[in-house]
Amino acid sequence: MPKALSIRVNGARLSVPPGTTVLAAILSAGASTVRRSVSGEPRGPLCAMGICFECRATVNHERHARTCQLLCAPEMDVRTDD
Amino acid sequence: MSPPVYDVLIIGAGIVGAACAAACAREKLRVGIVEAEMIGGGATAAGMGHLVVMDDSEAQFALTHYSRTLWRELAAKLPGDVEYDPCGTIWVAADDDEMRAVTEKKQFYESRGSRAEILDSRSLRSAEPHLREGLPGGLLVPEDAVIYAPCAARFLTEQAQSRGAQLHLPSVVTEMTSEGVRLNNGSTLTSRFTVLAGGAWSSTLLPGLAVRKRKGHLVITDRYPGFVRHQLVELGYLKSAHSTTEDSVAFNVQPRKTGQLLIGSSRQYDAEDSAIDHAILTRMIARVQEFIPDLGRFSAVRSWTGFRPATPDKLPLIGPAPGRENLFLATGHEGLGITTSLATAELLMDQLLGRESKIPIAPYLPNRVCEGVHA
Repeated sequence: MPKALSIRVNGARLSVPPGTTVLAAILSAGASTVRRSVSGEPRGPLCAMGICFECRATVNHERHARTCQLLCAPEMDVRTDD
Repeated sequence: MSPPVYDVLIIGAGIVGAACAAACAREKLRVGIVEAEMIGGGATAAGMGHLVVMDDSEAQFALTHYSRTLWRELAAKLPGDVEYDPCGTIWVAADDDEMRAVTEKKQFYESRGSRAEILDSRSLRSAEPHLREGLPGGLLVPEDAVIYAPCAARFLTEQAQSRGAQLHLPSVVTEMTSEGVRLNNGSTLTSRFTVLAGGAWSSTLLPGLAVRKRKGHLVITDRYPGFVRHQLVELGYLKSAHSTTEDSVAFNVQPRKTGQLLIGSSRQYDAEDSAIDHAILTRMIARVQEFIPDLGRFSAVRSWTGFRPATPDKLPLIGPAPGRENLFLATGHEGLGITTSLATAELLMDQLLGRESKIPIAPYLPNRVCEGVHA
């Protein structure tokens, strides 16, 4: 079994197997709102294949990363609900 | 013969037509507005929505300055969805030559009553930290603003309607006569005066009119609040706007109230096709990245094109159509129609009512570039 990666989701440490998408990590960390719409409404993943843009979150201080298309990397910092 | 239904019939509910309608209705004229597709759906929706004072010529300065003053007076009444943002413009100098031009530009603005402030290299960086290092400075014009223009056109149209103006939408004008217009359903609308405010489509109704389509591209990004704080324009912008033959691009970025960034600009004549031209879009983005390298990391959510109504001397046509009875023009505003719409409406009103205008109107009268035009 390959070694697990350590990332942070909203400041909390999380250990995930290599190959985990950032979206899967967010959901397993218990976050239900991934982002906010322009009028402040909660948004979560819909298509999980890079088309709907609903799973965007801030990854390593870069806003609007499509988390369903991004694999976790060691020490990644993920912020939801921006 | 029965009297005309309207005093003034305005063709086109873009920002210019809407402003004319609001001004005429305010003066208690009976106003009709004929729009073929939607309110503010042409260049009004395609453009950047800047309210900016420009110094390409004395006449351009006079009109943009007068109009910006009117926008500033109206600002408190604008509904929230117009997104009036008094962010100011920074004209960014790319090299020392352009920095010398900044000093002249400041004197030009200030001696004519518009505030302007020189930024050196350091104060430019602190005003806009994401501009690339090493830029020599720029000129801040703090009273400039940006708006979301389609909602402003709707607001002005509603203002006119609340004072009795009638909106004919959707209605397509097929012919303008000295008694009014004929519509494509065969009916006619009668008026004392007709005002053609058809933007880039004006020459469709008036073949031979000196208004050409000038295509532009824009890109809007996802939301990155605070990344850019002012409207940013390269000082070389006028060089781009000036070219009358070549395709050109210029760095122009605006912050929107949503946190999105609106990115321009490109200019192309004789490009009738509204499809994205990827070669010029790529040039435009590359130009912007010369000034803001970090922009390349951001997601663009949409790009689109539009058509500016361009005249040979870069000034709009406001006044009687040469060789035509009872027909006035309010068109040819190129890329400045959002800024100059309100002043255009005042100058047009003054001519309809035989009043003196606040600025000299000769530079905008259509007879300077059009001989008689016949439908």
